[in-house]
Amino acid sequence: MLKYANPTFFLRLVGAVLPWLWGATILTLGVGLYMTFLIAPADYQQGETVRIMYIHVPAAWLSMFIYTVMTLSALGTLVWRHPLADASQQAAAPLGAGFTFICLVTGSLWGKPMWGTWWVWDARLTSVLVLFLIYLGLIALWNTIEEPLKAARAAAILTLVGVVNIPIIKFSVDWWNTLHQPASVLRMGGPAIHPTMLWPLLVMAVGASLLFVCLHLMAIRNEILRRRLRRLSYLAAEAADHVLEPRAEAGA
Amino acid sequence: MRALAALFARELRLANRAGGGGAMGVVFFLILVTIVPFAIGPDLNLLARIGPAILWIAALLSTLLGLDRLFLSDHEDGSLDLLEMADTPLELVVLVKCLAHWAVTGLPLVLAAPLFGVMLAVEGDALWGVTASLAVGTPALTFIGAIGAALTVSLRRGGLLMAILVLPFTVPALIFGVSAASAASGGTVPFLTPFLILCALSLASMALAPFAAAAALRSGG
Repeated sequence: MLKYANPTFFLRLVGAVLPWLWGATILTLGVGLYMTFLIAPADYQQGETVRIMYIHVPAAWLSMFIYTVMTLSALGTLVWRHPLADASQQAAAPLGAGFTFICLVTGSLWGKPMWGTWWVWDARLTSVLVLFLIYLGLIALWNTIEEPLKAARAAAILTLVGVVNIPIIKFSVDWWNTLHQPASVLRMGGPAIHPTMLWPLLVMAVGASLLFVCLHLMAIRNEILRRRLRRLSYLAAEAADHVLEPRAEAGA
Repeated sequence: MRALAALFARELRLANRAGGGGAMGVVFFLILVTIVPFAIGPDLNLLARIGPAILWIAALLSTLLGLDRLFLSDHEDGSLDLLEMADTPLELVVLVKCLAHWAVTGLPLVLAAPLFGVMLAVEGDALWGVTASLAVGTPALTFIGAIGAALTVSLRRGGLLMAILVLPFTVPALIFGVSAASAASGGTVPFLTPFLILCALSLASMALAPFAAAAALRSGG
């Protein structure tokens, strides 16, 4: 891990790896979408509408996975003071908020024809909405504290406080009587979903995860460059100060 | 221990002198309770049904507004730096400050709740239920809010940000508080179930929030 702490090494590594990752992402998502629309069967009850699941479920999985990535980065910041952990946290927050938003919106669009309502205040939907609010709060915190190191530590603490929501989301459909359907894939006793629907789902999930990795690496790279720019502008301002100072002393 | 007792006494004295902390919270509570019938209409049956919820939301918002005073004045005059450098662990300092803050801002809300509940046509068992739930639930609000207050202490206009950070985490306390209050007036849920969970939330936040708040103060202030 320490090798990657050097930003220059990280930038070089990302530059080399990123085109391949994008290729893999586009390939996987392409195959996934093909399977979604042309191979996966229509549901016997829901008809073609079930195809929203192939976007909704990967987005939901990813929203929780990204929060876990942020939690690990937060630990990296607080415990190991790993320099790239800060950038990793900051880069992951908007991506997590985006995927959670996609999950909520596609779920809403799916719920209207299936359940007859755009929204219901059951345990699963409410806890995912709270996750969305936590993401927004973290983005607000990043934007409000100007000094990047302070912002990183504050955001890390808030991330760790909020991680309690993730198991609540996962088990909400077991602990409470909810309208949202119970766990069908990651459960005791194995997946309860037919392979013809499981495989497109898993391919879309892998594709979405690869998409997140590509965007995350690009965002970390941007954050490193942004901080270099900030440092350079401070140095330039200091240099300008030194030019002006002697004249000020002569005048005073 | 003497240091902590002295700190507790200092907080109480400051709150009384700087004026208005507890009383303003109660006045804001009253204003919120007054506004709601203007918006909803004076139908007493409707008000009685949602009365506990209105009282809980008003208590939550009053607590949120009062949280500014928890660390801000100490941060401004430098006493927060002294407290951070002292021998007493910062976590215990935060615990004592939050307890004092609850005594000054949360407890008056609990004492005022029966009176305001009567204004909302909440009666009998429901009234005592909502008062009891507020009594055990407002510490949770104060302690969870302390985390947000500690995170935003060094920001100049951090009030709205603190509310955004704190409110999602107070949702469980709100859910179980209103559930306990409604259960007191009968129904399928026994009163003790949500009430004991609310007690657990308060105790857990009292135990854990000081660590998060102290870490936030050390990293930010």
